[in-house]
Amino acid sequence: MIENIKYKKSYNFGFIDESTKKEVRRKLLKAVAIPGYQVPYSSPEMPIARGWGTGGLHITLALIGRNDIFKIIDQGSDASVNACNLREFVQAMTGCRVTYDTTEATLIQTRHRITEEELREDQLFVFQVPQPEPLRGVERYEYRTRQMHGEADYAKMWVSLYESFVRHGDIMLGAGYPVKVNGRYIMAPSPIPRWDIPNLHQAKTLYLFGAGREKRLYAVPPHTTVEPLEFEDVKFNIERFNGASCSKTGYRRAFLDELFLDDGSKTFVINDSNFLDKMEQGDPIHQFTNPYLDQLV
Amino acid sequence: MGYVAVKGGSDAIHQAKELVEFYRIKEQTTPVTVEQIRSQMRLAVDKVVSEGGLYAPEYGAIALKQAEGDVFEAAFILRAFITTLQRRYYSQMLNTREMFIRRKISASFREIPGGQVLGPTRDYTQRILDTAKVDETLADIRDFLSQFEKGIDRERLQEVTSYGKVIDLLRAEGLLQGVGNAEDTTLKDITREAIKFPAPRSARLQMMARAETGGLMALGYSSLRGFGNTHPTVGELRYGTVPVRVKDARGRVRYIGKVEVTEAEMITTIKTDKKNSIPYYSIGYGLCFGQNDTKAICMGILDRAMRSPEYGAPANDAEFVLYHTEGIEAMGFTNHLKLPHYVTFQAGLSNVRAAVRRANAIMEEEELV
Amino acid sequence: MSFHNEHSWLLKVRNLTKVYGEPNERTVELTGPEFGTNICPETESIVACAGVSFDLFPGEVLGIVGESGSGKSTVVKLLYFDIEKTAGSAWLRPYGDGKTNILEASGQQKRYIRNHLMGTVYQNPRDGLNFSFSSGGNIAEKLIMAGHMHVGNIRERAAYLLDKTEVPVRRMDDRPAAFSGGMQQRVQISKAIANNPPLLFLDEVTTGLDVSVQARVLDLIRELQQELGIAMIVVSHDLSVIRMLTDRTLVMKHGRVVESGLTDQILQDPQHAYTQLLVSSLL
Repeated sequence: MIENIKYKKSYNFGFIDESTKKEVRRKLLKAVAIPGYQVPYSSPEMPIARGWGTGGLHITLALIGRNDIFKIIDQGSDASVNACNLREFVQAMTGCRVTYDTTEATLIQTRHRITEEELREDQLFVFQVPQPEPLRGVERYEYRTRQMHGEADYAKMWVSLYESFVRHGDIMLGAGYPVKVNGRYIMAPSPIPRWDIPNLHQAKTLYLFGAGREKRLYAVPPHTTVEPLEFEDVKFNIERFNGASCSKTGYRRAFLDELFLDDGSKTFVINDSNFLDKMEQGDPIHQFTNPYLDQLV
Repeated sequence: MGYVAVKGGSDAIHQAKELVEFYRIKEQTTPVTVEQIRSQMRLAVDKVVSEGGLYAPEYGAIALKQAEGDVFEAAFILRAFITTLQRRYYSQMLNTREMFIRRKISASFREIPGGQVLGPTRDYTQRILDTAKVDETLADIRDFLSQFEKGIDRERLQEVTSYGKVIDLLRAEGLLQGVGNAEDTTLKDITREAIKFPAPRSARLQMMARAETGGLMALGYSSLRGFGNTHPTVGELRYGTVPVRVKDARGRVRYIGKVEVTEAEMITTIKTDKKNSIPYYSIGYGLCFGQNDTKAICMGILDRAMRSPEYGAPANDAEFVLYHTEGIEAMGFTNHLKLPHYVTFQAGLSNVRAAVRRANAIMEEEELV
Repeated sequence: MSFHNEHSWLLKVRNLTKVYGEPNERTVELTGPEFGTNICPETESIVACAGVSFDLFPGEVLGIVGESGSGKSTVVKLLYFDIEKTAGSAWLRPYGDGKTNILEASGQQKRYIRNHLMGTVYQNPRDGLNFSFSSGGNIAEKLIMAGHMHVGNIRERAAYLLDKTEVPVRRMDDRPAAFSGGMQQRVQISKAIANNPPLLFLDEVTTGLDVSVQARVLDLIRELQQELGIAMIVVSHDLSVIRMLTDRTLVMKHGRVVESGLTDQILQDPQHAYTQLLVSSLL
């Protein structure tokens, strides 16, 4: 006979119940086995609003262990309010150590950025995803997009890129640029800037994606080919800041935030807050490298 | 340093949390008890319980107190609470013919078995603001209740029984459309798996049972105003309590309590182009926790509407209806726009700036020529 | 016109049948021209077409004529996979050397066939064109599906095709909604021939256009056919269209083929009573 303890206040490790954790893990295994394929899952409600990171939390809480060191960033910043709220929740539900240091962390959850520092084989990187369906902009119905993925019928997606080029002279996609994973599925990498896209390709780290509201999980396993969609003569490129550099460090090879000062003037600062801290303190850094960065003058 | 979007970290959110509490109690009025909310704000609790998808009125009342009366927020709290609970059983099928009736009406027939029982409804009251409620005391309440008791004829209590349904009458006459082969009767559990389309009816009804009343109401209303082809009548609307049973580990069926539900069976005809086809009636079904006529009726309208997709009518589009009336998801995502999006915006900025540069360059070239 | 033996066919169709509703074993035999109806009296199911068989040879133009309810549109809708068959087979020589029943191909195979081996032009441009893309974009869709991934080349080919169908190339980036009905049909034609398919379906393509516009579109189709040597199946209720474009014709009534043969012969010497009726009403 199981007691019903009224008003009890203790929670399971990681808040979610064990059978849901098992389900998330099973579905993640399937996602890893089929890179870029969106696996539906039950996505139970969390005490955090839908659209605010429930999918990322599901993955984190299903995978985190007592010895993990947890880092969470939002738009590149550890101190951002939503990241703080989620960090407190994870800490309260697991008792894990938390850190701002990218190299120290074993499990990192992110909203819309990949860290500037290169991630390792022993780290897990979890993306919060608002819209997992890369085709949603050209096809509103779920039953049709599912079929399109099943049949690798991506013509509409390609035509929309063609149209963008024809109208504006370039493919006008900013964050969340669609990519082809392992030569098969077109995937939404979450709204990370184009700057981060090349760091998905042939990476050392397991990348996991959680879309809680839309109830989908997907993955890019290590050393997987990830190619941004491009034509032979209209190529993918990363953001250029037109020679601007970080006003605090003078550094150029990082994604920069554009800030407006009180007097109306503009300045740029490195977006990745931990990376900026390390640069300012002169700590050793180990940044991602990729051919697009090398081309950056 | 200039304005930096929502960076403030832990301190800011803790202060915000304190402010929330401050605003909740700053006027130092007597703390409202959970019991009071549950009993005197019954209909708000019913909504919370229905949209939270958890039949636990007391917990619904706690959530309402915590959320200062915000029904969206309270339903959200209950939903999150479900995730901490273990799922031990599925109940046996509820038989609403066993309902202990509190309210039972039909718009389709003047007289129905057991009569038209209005029950506790405000439908035929005048919505005149009752300022006398300001001075209500426990003594007033007791007076009312003792007067009320005197009006109950105890001799007749045994007449109260369960009643046959109006649709059973229609079915007996052969007027109801049978469930065709085309109907997908798979039983899903949408709390355990993501909904996929085309979705079977069980999934659609489950989604609607937890859906936000306002969303269902807007779409149901649109259906009646011409954005659709459903013409419904209330076949029967019931509110009351229904016994819940489960099978224990040894296979014995056990009664575990009762739940309050509102049930609507909407009788509809559908325009059909097929010649010589019999215009059977079909039923749009709605069921939700607590007393909520609006929700059950709109569920019924939409249940029927979704079974006959029609271009240009959002109410007939299952994906549209079910995705967008899911209150917790809708509230979360619409509000997520408040989260910082500056990197996303920055990523787009460089594109727009380059496009403007290109366009200007072309214009300059054309001017030179 | 070339001589062909029975082995040089491009498309072979046997016993193509489509029934809506819940038929029984007698449904097909209780319907048809002798009964004057498509509707089975026992089950009320509708026999849209039944037992349709024919061969189509490379470069040949086959017409299918009949009134509404004849099943002529159903035949082509089945062949380009807009609807699923009830019974029947079809073989297309360039696909699997003509040994695979294309009506039983998988979704992906059908898409391949539709993109590379068939072109279709619908009566309503909205069925054949995506109105949210530009005209060039519509053609690009076909080219991309055939693996062309160079925007410059795609635009060049699209411009070439639009020019061939007499659509002003400077309007390549305009959306179809900005075009007249006749021009929308021309864009559809450009799109349909984008990948040089051996077979083109034209389903009532000039119905609904002004008479003068019709004439120009028909002229265009005839010129293209002669230049490119594409085999075509032309569906129309209008015998004058059939006369202008086709080498051979099937006459359909109540879902069955009632007469077939060389177009000239059918027009000069119709055998079946219904064909005689049609021909006699030809202006």
